[in-house]
Amino acid sequence: MKRISFIVLSIFFIQTNFLAQDMPAMKRINGGDFVPLYGSNEARVSVETFLLDIYPVTNEQYLSFLKTNPKWQKSKVISLFADKNYLSKWENDLSPNKEALPNSPITNISWYAAKAYCDCIGKRLPTMDEWEYVAMASETKRNAQRDSLFNQRIIESYETPQTYKKEVGSTYKNYWGIYDMHGLVWEWTSDFNSVLISGESRKDVDTDKSLFCAGGSVNATDLMDYAAFMRYAFRGSIKANYCIQSLGFRCAKSLKK
Amino acid sequence: MRRNKLSFFLFLSFLFFIASCHQETHDTLPYQCPMKCEGEKIYSEKGTCPVCNMDTQPIEEKILQSENEDEILETSIFNLTSKWNTQNKETIELKDLKGDVLVIVMIYTSCKAACPRLVADMRNIYASVNDKTTKYILVSIDPETDTPERLKEFAIENQMDNNQWVFLQGTVEDVREFSNVLAVKYKRISPLDFSHSNIISVFDQQGVLVHQQEGLGVDNEETIAEIMALSKAVQEVN
Repeated sequence: MKRISFIVLSIFFIQTNFLAQDMPAMKRINGGDFVPLYGSNEARVSVETFLLDIYPVTNEQYLSFLKTNPKWQKSKVISLFADKNYLSKWENDLSPNKEALPNSPITNISWYAAKAYCDCIGKRLPTMDEWEYVAMASETKRNAQRDSLFNQRIIESYETPQTYKKEVGSTYKNYWGIYDMHGLVWEWTSDFNSVLISGESRKDVDTDKSLFCAGGSVNATDLMDYAAFMRYAFRGSIKANYCIQSLGFRCAKSLKK
Repeated sequence: MRRNKLSFFLFLSFLFFIASCHQETHDTLPYQCPMKCEGEKIYSEKGTCPVCNMDTQPIEEKILQSENEDEILETSIFNLTSKWNTQNKETIELKDLKGDVLVIVMIYTSCKAACPRLVADMRNIYASVNDKTTKYILVSIDPETDTPERLKEFAIENQMDNNQWVFLQGTVEDVREFSNVLAVKYKRISPLDFSHSNIISVFDQQGVLVHQQEGLGVDNEETIAEIMALSKAVQEVN
C-alpha cells in the first residue's frame, strides 16, 4: 500500500515538474527601440532585453497547470475572472477539447487565467510593446515593418480560418528564434487595455486619433501595416474576462538586474 | 417494497440535486418584499407585496442577505487578493472595504487635464449623497509617483481628507489588474502623463459592480440615485 502511494506521489511530482522543465523553452530578446504603429514619428519605444517563450502555451501545458491550480478549472473559475466561454470546448475540468491536439495552443482563456498561469511558473505576460517588438521580426530581419511581403503574409494568415487548431511551431521561426508570432492565434499581453480606442457608444476616453482606421489613420506611422491596425483594434475591443477561441498567450520573463 | 422506497429516496435526492444546480443558474431565485413587510417571508415567483404593494425582489440582489459574512460573491471585486497602501499608510485588501457602498475612480495626482474634473465629480457626488458610510475611493494609475505621502497631500489640498475618502497605491501590476476589473483603460504617454478612461464605478456592499458613469461633465444624477438607494437599504436593515 505504502509502495503504491509512493508511486502515485512520484508520478504526481513528475507531472508537476513538467512545467518547471519547460522553463528553458525561452529565447533571449535583445532590447532595442522601435516605432510602434500607434506612435507618432518621433515616439520611439524602447524595450529592455527580456526572455520570451518560443511557443504559445499548449493545451497539454495548460492541463498540467489546471491539475495543480484547481481554482482555474472550468467548473471552479469565478465569473469575475472568466466569461462563460472559458474552456468552452472542454468536456470537463480535466478533459481538454477533443478536437484540439495536445500540442495546439490553449485558447478560450481569459486574461486573468493567462496571467495566473505565467505567475504560477515565475513568469509574466509580455507587454504589448515587447510583443510587437518581437512580432515585427521576420525570419531574417529584426525589423520587417517595411517588408510588404511580410505584412501581406500576416494579413493572409488573419484571413485563414481556424488556425488555432494547428500545432505550435507549425508557422515560421523568426529572427529571434520565436515561433508562431503570426498565423496561429492572437495573444494576450499584460497591458492590452492600454489601447484607448472605444466603441462609438462610449464617450469615456480622449480618443487616440492615430488608432482610428478612418480619417485618423493618416497619422499612422506606416500605412502598410494594416495587420497591426487589426491587432490594436482587436485589443481595444476586448475585456479581460473574455475567452475567445482564437486568442491564446505565451509568457515572458524579465532578466534579473 | 424496500427497494421501491430506496429508489424513491434516490429519485428525491436526484430532484434535490437538479434543484440545487438550478439555483446556481439563478433561474428560480426566491423573491422577497424589499421592505420586509412580512418579515422573512419569501415567494417563489415575482409579484407584489400584499402589504405595501411594492414589487418583490430576488433575494440574491438584496443586501446583507448573505448568511455567511465571509462569503464572497463570484462577481465581487473582493475576490482580488492584491494589497494596497492608503494615504494614511495603512495596508489593506479590497475586502477590508466590505459592507459599505464603494464609489471608485482611477486618477493620478499630477494630472492636469481630465482628473481635476473627475475629482470634482467625485466631490459633487459625495456632497449630494451626503451620508456617513459610503466610501469614495481614488486609485492611482501612477503608483510610482503617487506615494501614500503624495496621496495624503492631494487629499488635503482637495478637501477629501476624512474617513470616507480612501486613496490607494498598488503595484504597477495590481493597478493594471484592477483597471481590467473596472474596464478602465490607460496608457503612459509621456514620463509624466497618462491617457485614461474617465469612468466612475459604483459597487454595492458585497463588492459587485452596479453602475458606471462614463465621460466627463456628464450628469451625476443617476449615479447619485444609485448610491443613495444602496446606502439607504443598508441603513434600514440596520
